[in-house]
This record gives sequence, C-alpha cells and structure tokens, in this order.
Amino acid sequence: MNEEWPLFEVFIRSRSGLEHKHVGSLHAADARMAIEHARDVYTRRQEGVSIWVMRSADIIASDPGEAEALFEPARDKVYRHPTFYVIPDEVKNL
Amino acid sequence: MYTQALDTHGKEPLPAGEGGAVAQRFQARVDADEKIEPKDWMPDAYRQTLIRQISQHAHSEIVGMLPEGNWITRAPTLRRKAVLIAKVQDEGGHGMYLYSAAETLGVARAELFEQLLSGAAKYSSIFNYPTLTWADIGAIGWLVDGAAIMNQIPICRCSYGPYARAMVRICKEESFHQRQGFEIMLTLARGSAAQRAMAQDALNRWWWPSIMMFGPSDADSKHTAQSMRWKIKRFSNDELRQKFIDITVPQAFFLGLAIPDRELHWNESTQHYDIGAIDWAEFHAVLKGNGPCNRERLEARRGAYESGRWVREAAAAHAAKERARTASTGGSTAQTGRT
Repeated sequence: MNEEWPLFEVFIRSRSGLEHKHVGSLHAADARMAIEHARDVYTRRQEGVSIWVMRSADIIASDPGEAEALFEPARDKVYRHPTFYVIPDEVKNL
Repeated sequence: MYTQALDTHGKEPLPAGEGGAVAQRFQARVDADEKIEPKDWMPDAYRQTLIRQISQHAHSEIVGMLPEGNWITRAPTLRRKAVLIAKVQDEGGHGMYLYSAAETLGVARAELFEQLLSGAAKYSSIFNYPTLTWADIGAIGWLVDGAAIMNQIPICRCSYGPYARAMVRICKEESFHQRQGFEIMLTLARGSAAQRAMAQDALNRWWWPSIMMFGPSDADSKHTAQSMRWKIKRFSNDELRQKFIDITVPQAFFLGLAIPDRELHWNESTQHYDIGAIDWAEFHAVLKGNGPCNRERLEARRGAYESGRWVREAAAAHAAKERARTASTGGSTAQTGRT
C-alpha cells in the first residue's frame, strides 16, 4: 500500500443561519479534494450550503480523562441559570 | 447497506479486564444508554468487535455496488438509470461513512482495504449472487435493502457513537432504495406474462439468500449475548429474520408473486409466518468463498484498486508540489479561513 491520503474532518452548514456541524471524516490528497469529496459523500441530498474541512491531525481535543476536572466546576453553579431565582408570580416581564 | 451477523466467523475476543473498576464503569455507562465516544476508555474486545463489524459492514456496501452496477448501462429507461446510479452512489457513500466510523477506533483505512482485497475480511454473503435480469435489481431493492433496513435500524441506537451516527444517516437514505426496488417489482408484476415471469424468477432466486442475510440461527450464534450486553446488537438474528418475513410475505401477496417455500404458512397461535428449513450449507459455502460470484467480486475490487493507483499517486504528488510551492512563496492557493 502507498502512503495514505491524510484524514480530514468535515463540517457542514445545513442552511444559512445555522452553524457548521461536524458530520464525519474522509481521506483526500489536499484541502480542495477534501471539499470535493465532502460534497459527494455528505451532501447528496442538499444537506448543505457550505462546507468546512480541516486536517484531523490539526484538531486539539480535550482529554476524556480530564472531563471531571474541566466540567465538574460548573455543576454546582446553578445560580447561572435564570430558574435559580424565585420571583413572585405577579411580577411580569422578568 | 447491508450488515450481516457474520461475527461467528471471526476470532472470539474475550472481554478483557472484566471486573476491573474501569471496565465496570464502562459497562455502567453502556447500561445507562450513554454513548461511548472514540477517546473514551473501552475494553479491547469491544474495540475489536466493533472494528470487525463496522469494517465488514463497510466492505459489504462497497462490494454491494457491483451486482447493481452491472445493470446501469442496461436500465430500461432513463428514469430507471438515473435512480440506479443514485442508489449505487449511495452505497459507495455508505461505505465511506462506515470506514470513517471504523477509523475512529484506531484502525487505518488502508489496512481495512488490504483486508478486503486480500480476501481476509468478510462481507455480506448476498453480494456473491449474480444479477441475471433487470428484475434482479427490483428484487435487490425490495428484499436485500429491506432486510438491510431491518438489521440496521436497531444499530442506530448502538452504544458506540460514531457507528450509531453513521447508521442514522444510512437509514435515512436507505428507504428510497427499498421503495424503488418494490416499484420495479410492481411494474413487472403488472406487465406482460413474460415480465411477471421475470419478477417471479428473481424472487425465486433472491428470497432465500435474503433470509440468510440475518446470519446464523440464534442457536449457532455465539457472540449475540456479549454484543447485546455491549448494546452493539439489540435483537437476535432470528428475531430480526422473523420480523422481515412477517412484513415481506404480504408484500409478495400484493405483487401476486409466490414465495418459493412450500412450507410457508401463517401460524395462528404465534401470529407469525412459519418458513421451511434454511439451507445453512449454502450460507456457509458462500461465506467461505464458494458462492457463485465470490471470485468475480474480489477480482473486480482488486482491478478497481489497481487501475486507480496512478490517480491516487498523481493526486498525492500534486498535493506535495502545491505544499512545497506554498511553503516557498509563503502564500496559499486554497481558500482558507472561515466562510
């Protein structure tokens, strides 16, 4: 086997006004080919109006082992949500 | 797509680290219907089972393009031809989604291709049967895609996130495949005597291989319990097979075609159709490589791989040159930045 084409992650904006969303990955020789392949693989039914691709190797991800340390501190800060505050029913528009 | 319970034919991976605290936490997450994602800890046996199942599934999609591709140039109308091209392209796309899901488990795509081309990997037995007439394209869509959908819908809830997500996408696309196949059968069934005979002949040849797509009977399926515990599998082979039979037999009645099974009858007490004995010797022979088209299919895949080699090499050389040029000028020819 030859050296394999690099892996790209594909993100699709399904229609204007919405954010790009990760849909999967594919192999391509370069970025332009990755866009063309993404068109064929991920938008055969008008699933998108815009495509982003990036080399998978360039993604820096958080470590699942550190999930606790990263996300746990937000758990007890319920006062960041509006429902934390008790307001009498007769007060409107708040 | 066409997944098939082939897992009785691989090596039995024993659950590793069973009983360890990490393993228990893993199983607890699966039990709680949490999804497992690529970077999460998982037992090696879980990883190996998924790599095998997802890659077999991907290979099946890719090989599955061959029997149908055989009829693209001879589709009876322009409409049928456009539809068949779209369907075959979908199968290729399904293969791509699945290879991409398998790769998240740490296996290289080149390695998976190598396994397919060397004949080491299995793919669904159904694609080792020939497509002799146009009616076979109808029978494949109706029966083979129908059986595939029955197999795949539960996998949308598989515990492994990337596989489940690929499967949701595939199932959405699969429904048109089955309906276009049934429409072909219906058109033939309502046509001339010769067309009806062609439809019946296709059903005669595809019925049993479709029934076998659900894999060995539960009694002979060693891995079902572990796969169910891991929520890779949700229903047993026989359960899915029975569901398929129960919904498909009335469709054959509607077409006015006869299911090629003299023992087929409605069982009032179980409220299911009972069928005659399945020829498991045929199933195992096809899986072992002795079906009518096994050799032809692999030769076609190897031929495609070899004749595409210069294209892959040229594209890689072009990309390397572009990279070198960009590095020397400090500019970029590709559009970059968020658009």
